Order: sequence, then C-alpha cells, then structure tokens
Amino acid sequence: MSVVYIALPVALLLALAGVIAFIWAVRSGQLDDLETPGLRIFGDDDAPPPPTPPESKIEE
Amino acid sequence: MSETPARGAGGAAAETACSHCGLPVPAGLVEPAAEHQFCCSGCRVAYQVIRGAGLEQYYAIRERVDAPSRPALGSGRRYQELDDPAFLELYARATPAGLATIELYLEGVHCAACLWLVERTPMVVPGVASCRLDIGRSLATVIWDPAATQLSEVAAFLDSLGYPAHPYQGVERRDLERRSDRAFLIRIAVAGAVAGNIMLLAFALYGGAFHGIEAEFSRLFRWASLLLSLPSVLWCAGVFYRGAWGSLRTRTIHMDVPISVGILAGFSWGAANTVRGSGEVYFDSVTALVFLLLVGRFVQRRQQRSAARATELLFSLAPSTARLVEGGAVREVPVAALRPGAVVELRAGDSVPADGVVIEGSSTLDLSLLTGEVRPVEVAPGSPAHAGTVNLASRILLEVRSTGEDTRVGRLLRLIEESARRRAPVVQLADRISGWFVGAVLALALATLLIWLRLDPVRAVDHAVALLIVSCPCALGLATPLAVAAAIGHAARRGILIKGGDALELLARRGRMVLDKTGTLTEGRLSVVRWTGDEGLRPVVAAIEAHSSHPVAIALAAGSSLTKENAVADVVSHPGRGMTASWNGRPVLVGSPGFATGMGVEIGGAWQEAIEAAVADGLTPVVAALDGRVAAVAALGDPIRSDARRTLDRIRRMGWTVEVLSGDHPGSVATVMRQLGIERGRGGADPETKAELVREAGATRLVAMAGDGINDAAALAAASVGIGVHGGAEATLAAADVYLARPGLAPIAELLEGSRRTMRVIRRNLAFSLLYNAAAVSLAVAGVMHPALAAVLMPASSITVVLSSYRARTF
Repeated sequence: MSVVYIALPVALLLALAGVIAFIWAVRSGQLDDLETPGLRIFGDDDAPPPPTPPESKIEE
Repeated sequence: MSETPARGAGGAAAETACSHCGLPVPAGLVEPAAEHQFCCSGCRVAYQVIRGAGLEQYYAIRERVDAPSRPALGSGRRYQELDDPAFLELYARATPAGLATIELYLEGVHCAACLWLVERTPMVVPGVASCRLDIGRSLATVIWDPAATQLSEVAAFLDSLGYPAHPYQGVERRDLERRSDRAFLIRIAVAGAVAGNIMLLAFALYGGAFHGIEAEFSRLFRWASLLLSLPSVLWCAGVFYRGAWGSLRTRTIHMDVPISVGILAGFSWGAANTVRGSGEVYFDSVTALVFLLLVGRFVQRRQQRSAARATELLFSLAPSTARLVEGGAVREVPVAALRPGAVVELRAGDSVPADGVVIEGSSTLDLSLLTGEVRPVEVAPGSPAHAGTVNLASRILLEVRSTGEDTRVGRLLRLIEESARRRAPVVQLADRISGWFVGAVLALALATLLIWLRLDPVRAVDHAVALLIVSCPCALGLATPLAVAAAIGHAARRGILIKGGDALELLARRGRMVLDKTGTLTEGRLSVVRWTGDEGLRPVVAAIEAHSSHPVAIALAAGSSLTKENAVADVVSHPGRGMTASWNGRPVLVGSPGFATGMGVEIGGAWQEAIEAAVADGLTPVVAALDGRVAAVAALGDPIRSDARRTLDRIRRMGWTVEVLSGDHPGSVATVMRQLGIERGRGGADPETKAELVREAGATRLVAMAGDGINDAAALAAASVGIGVHGGAEATLAAADVYLARPGLAPIAELLEGSRRTMRVIRRNLAFSLLYNAAAVSLAVAGVMHPALAAVLMPASSITVVLSSYRARTF
C-alpha cells in the first residue's frame, strides 16, 4: 500500500474544494463586475461602506 | 482651499478655476469677495448640493484619483414620470424585503469620485436602502422603500449631482447574459481543474514511460485520468458537440466539427486503451484542449457583446417622457402611455415624441435626423410633425395622431429589422478553412490507418488516433477570436465600437463606401461659412442673434461673448425673416435679403453678387445692415468636416470607391460632391429609397454605408457593413455594425486600415497553427508521435497564437 493511494484522493479533494469555491464566487456575483470594486477602496477610509444589496443573486 | 481642483485649462495663473468643475471661470462671473468661484449656475447648484449633504470628500477623492474629465452638469429635470405606476411596473422590481429596486443608467459617471458620490445616496435621501454603481456600464442599482420616498427624488438628487438618470431598458437581457456568463465560467473552471490535475498525473506517467514505472501505479493513474476527464469531455465540451451537430445538420462545416472529432477520438481511444491496459492515453491533451478552447470561446462571447452593450446603453438615453397636457395642467408621462388624441406640450429643445399635428403656437423643427435636411422647417397650427424631429424655437402644442410602431419612425424601425434579417451571414475565414481542413484530416487519418495496417497492424489505430488528436485545431480555433477580441479592444479605446468580427472581415476587403452627407461628410449644423463685408459688425450681429434660438441665429451668435462694446438694445424678432435692434443708438438689421429689402434697405450690386454667390453654393445668405445700408453679407451653410478630404483620400487608397447618398436637396449634395471631388452620388433620397439603393448595390459588390440619422438606419442595416457616425440617432446605433464614438470622419479610415491589419493577424495566426498541425500530422503519419510530444506541441501552438494576437498593433 503506497502513500499514493492517500495522496491522490487528497489532491483531488483539494482540487474539488477549489472548484466549489470558484462556483460559489461566480454564483454570488463576484465575477460579474471586475472594474468597480477596485475603485471602491478610494472612498473607504472613514465613512462606513454602503450596505451590500441583499439580492445580487439571480434566481437560477 | 483643498477642494479647489488645480486643473485650470491652460494653467494660466490669472485664471480662476471653478470650485466644482475646475474649468476657468469667465472674467465677468468672478466674484472677488466670494470664497468659491463658479463658471455657471449649474456648477454652483451641484457644489451646494454636495456641500449641503456633507459629501465634500468627493473633491478630495477626485484630487487623489486625478479624474481626467470634469463632472457633468445636471439637467434640472423633475423626473415626475418615474413615479407613474405604469412606469414602475415596466422598470422596477420588488425585493423580497418589500422594497423596490430599479437600474438607472447614469450619464457622466467616470471615476472613483463619482462612484463614491453615487453610492452615498442612501446617506442623503431618506428611504433609499442602497445604491450600488457598476462603473463599467454606468448602471446604478437603487433599492428604495416606496413607502418612505419616491423614485423621482432619488433621480432628482443624482441629477443635481450632475448624473442625469435614465431607466435602463436592457435589464432582462443583461440578466440573461449574466446567467449564461456565470454558467460558462463554471464550465471553464471545471475544465481547467480537470486539465490541471490530469496534467499532474500525466507528468508521472511520462516520467514512468522514460524511467520505468510499476504497472500498478501506471494503471492507477490511467484510470484516475479517465475518471477525471469524464466531466470535461462529457459536460464541458458539450458546447462544441452542439455546435458541430448544428453545423452538420445545416451542412455547413465549421470549426466545431474538427474540434469535436479530435476530442471524441482521443477520449474514446484513450478510454479503450485504459480498459485494455495497453497502448497510449491522451487524456492530458484532450482536457487541455477543452479548457483552452472554452477560454477562447468565452473571449469571443465577451467581445461580441461589449460593443453591443455600449450601443444599448445609448438606447436608454432615448427621450422616454412626454409632457402631457390634461385639463390645463402639464405632467410628464412615459412616451408609451401616449394615445392618439392626447395633447402634448413641446418646449424649445424637446424631441417630438409621436406623430401628430400642431394645434397651438408656431416654431421651427429640425428634421435632420429624420430626413437629412439641414435647414429647419417652419410649423404653424395645422402642420404635421413627426416623431424623431426636434422642436427648436418656441413652445407648441401637438395633438398626437399615431404613436409607437405606427409613427413614421416606427415604420422605419420595422424596415431596419427586416433588412437586418435578410442579410446573408458572413462565413468567417477560419470556418471556410475548416471545411477542407476536416476533409484533409479525415483522409490523412484513414491513409495512416491503411498504411500502418500493412506495416504494423497492432499500432495502426494508435497512429491514426494520434493524428486525429494532434490535428485537432486548437490554435486554429483560437486564431480568429483572439485576434478579433484584441482588435475590438484596441478599437474601442480609440472610440470605434465594433459589434462583431464579421464587420472586420468584410471591411478588410474592397468595395463601395456610401456616405451620408448631413452629419457625416458635414458637421450637420448650420454655421457661418463666409462673411463678406465689415468684420467689426460681427460681434454686434452675434449679440442681436443671441436673443433667438433659431438655428440661423445660433450659427450667427456662435463663438462670440457679450461685452460692453457690442451691447444692443430694442431687439425685435420677426420670426422666420430676421431681427432688428439698435447699437449705440444706430439701427441694425439682420435678416434674409427679402426682409432687408422689405424694410427699405437697398442692396447694391456688389452685395447682390455676394448673395447670388452664396445661393449658387447652396448656402443661405443673411444680410446685416447698419443705418439702413448693407454692411455685410453672411453665407450660412452646413460646413464640410475639416478632415473629410484627407479621410476620403485614405479610404480611396484602401481600394474603396466613395459615393454620397443623401436625403438633402440635390443642389447642396452636388456642392459637397464638387468640393470633395466625389464623382458618384445622389440627393433627395428618402429613407426607403436609400435602403433600396444600398440593397441593389450590395447584390453585386460589397457595400459599406456610413450615416448618422434615422433616415440612414434602414440603409445601414441593408448594407454589408453599416457604420453609425458619432452623434447619430438611436435607431442608427441599433442598425449599425460599427459605431464611431468619436467625432469626425477619420475613424472610418482608421477602421478600414485596422480591419485590414486585423485580417493580416488572423491569417498569420491561421498560418502558424496550420504549420504546427502539418508538423504534428507528418510525425503522426510517420508513426513517431508520442503523447508527450503531442502534449507539448498543442499548448505551444496556442501560446504562439495568443502572443501573436495580443502583440499585434491593429488599431
């Protein structure tokens, strides 16, 4: 019984976790707009950030 | 004073910069005692709103990000129509929390400071839960409590900051796009994860192939690769199978066919070999192929959409409201709510919302967008007015006769849709190649199989499959989309919005360039072309004409400011004929020659000649008389764009012939043609005739049409490639394949040159990838192709294509 039999499933599980994290990021709209969030930091120093709208998700 | 922007134009020390926009304040408006200076009342209002709401940080942020352009000015509208239940039903949606949400397209947002300001709306307008801006699309998503505030207040607040708001009309399409984009990204993620992990396993297998590996591990890795590749081959690559199936059914081979053949052949043979426990497997190459091609496909989808989206946003700027007169009161209603018989009020500057008849007041209408005619038309009670024209002079009341689709504009839009449907699709170069490519690959694979059946029957299928995989046109599939995406990106930065690769492919050839006159070859507005006589009288004439909003008056008043020297008094307007006034106690008259004669001014021989010369050139003469004697003659016309001649030369040098097709009077068309040295052309063509002529011409040769008006839109749709010129009507945007977001004609020449360079890049890409394929195929036929070599060759060819696409200077 080689360590490969443990390492391989572990590696694949890690990959699966990555894919699931990515799918979550896509579904929650984080990749819809890649331009605005980068500019938002300019105004963030004192005032509280505006609340995130609750429904950025689109019903599938 | 930290918030005073240090960006005065020209940087002259004596200039006072406006506290809001940073532009120099005119000398007459500087108030020495005041702390803040403003160039206009609009800036003053915006500044007061921002200060009053405690949002001064806006100016500090703007300093920090060094915003390139000045803030826009509000329109001062009241946005009552946004509270109309019919409007809200159309555009707003309810949120689960019982609030309402809407997307507003904001004019004038351009930097981080705008973003900051817009997103602070909830702090200022009570009842707004959130206001998020997508700066790339200029779309603000507003969530508000309908019980606590009205949408019109939100819109009026944004307007007062200098961001006029418009309801965004493409929400449904945007959501649809977003959903499919998300699904596609997930597809890419799965394909990428699969390809990456199989690559790791493949390293072990290749290492084993060269240095030895225990059969047990070799089998484990092969089975693991097989199982891993299942989602990629069965699900992610489904896009290509569907495309291939569709193309086979319509009997038009395109790129998806060889791609599908390669993927399926590689996977099936690899799976068979895994089960048998001998022979080669190609899971690494197959899954990497799926991943790379999906990325290429994604780039292509985005690229096709970006320009379409830009025009769609401009669509949202269409006048969506009309001022309805009901029982003596006026209220703003959505245009969609207008019915025949309704009476609408049109102030100077308003667009006519529907076809109808003038029932009160008299004014002049600008028909240029509808007919191409530059000279404004007088209307009085009883005259018809069409939607899409603009009321210029004074308030009129209009009784609506037909609305929406039944208007002349509505019928034109139907014509546009029809023309667009009739147009034959363009077969892209890569797809044309793939036709014979598929045949060649299948024939070669068969030949390899037959040859090797004689030489070494055991290895025959292996060699044939190796050929199918290495010839799978990965680089070929990426060659066109990447080059086109890069070119469209570069072009957009230069103000040329291209809706798809088809236009680039067509414009790289040669053909007939048909140009509209008004607004395309010419500026599209009246201005003084010639001034004969006393130059000193010009500021005085300008001061008099500043009292009127007639286009002739605007042209005469342009470029002159009011000073003590040209102060005039007793200005009397004689609508449609001229004006009289007094300057330093001396009577001044400005008007048409007929008006001058009628007022007792004698026009001498020399002046008569100047007037006749103007008429001969298709210009409108205006006489200026001082003390009852003619002192100057101005000739007004629609000036030819300063870059027209040079651009036409560039277009001709590209092998295109240039023609004019205009709705304006044949006389003025002939003048422009003479001045620009254009040989073919015709005037007096109505929109339907234009479309018909372009369609006829397109039957024999490639025809590109450039125009700006609604009158050109049908012709744009009928042409092989329609080019919408800067400042054009919304219908033009919908019909055009290319939209020039920069004034002038030069972008047309740039477009042609850029298209040709783009096609050169595409051809170079195709040549590269075919070369790689040829090398790989010969190795496979010779039977020396190893899976490891295939795994290196394929990405190498793709990387070559990627680099060649993005390094190229196209636009």
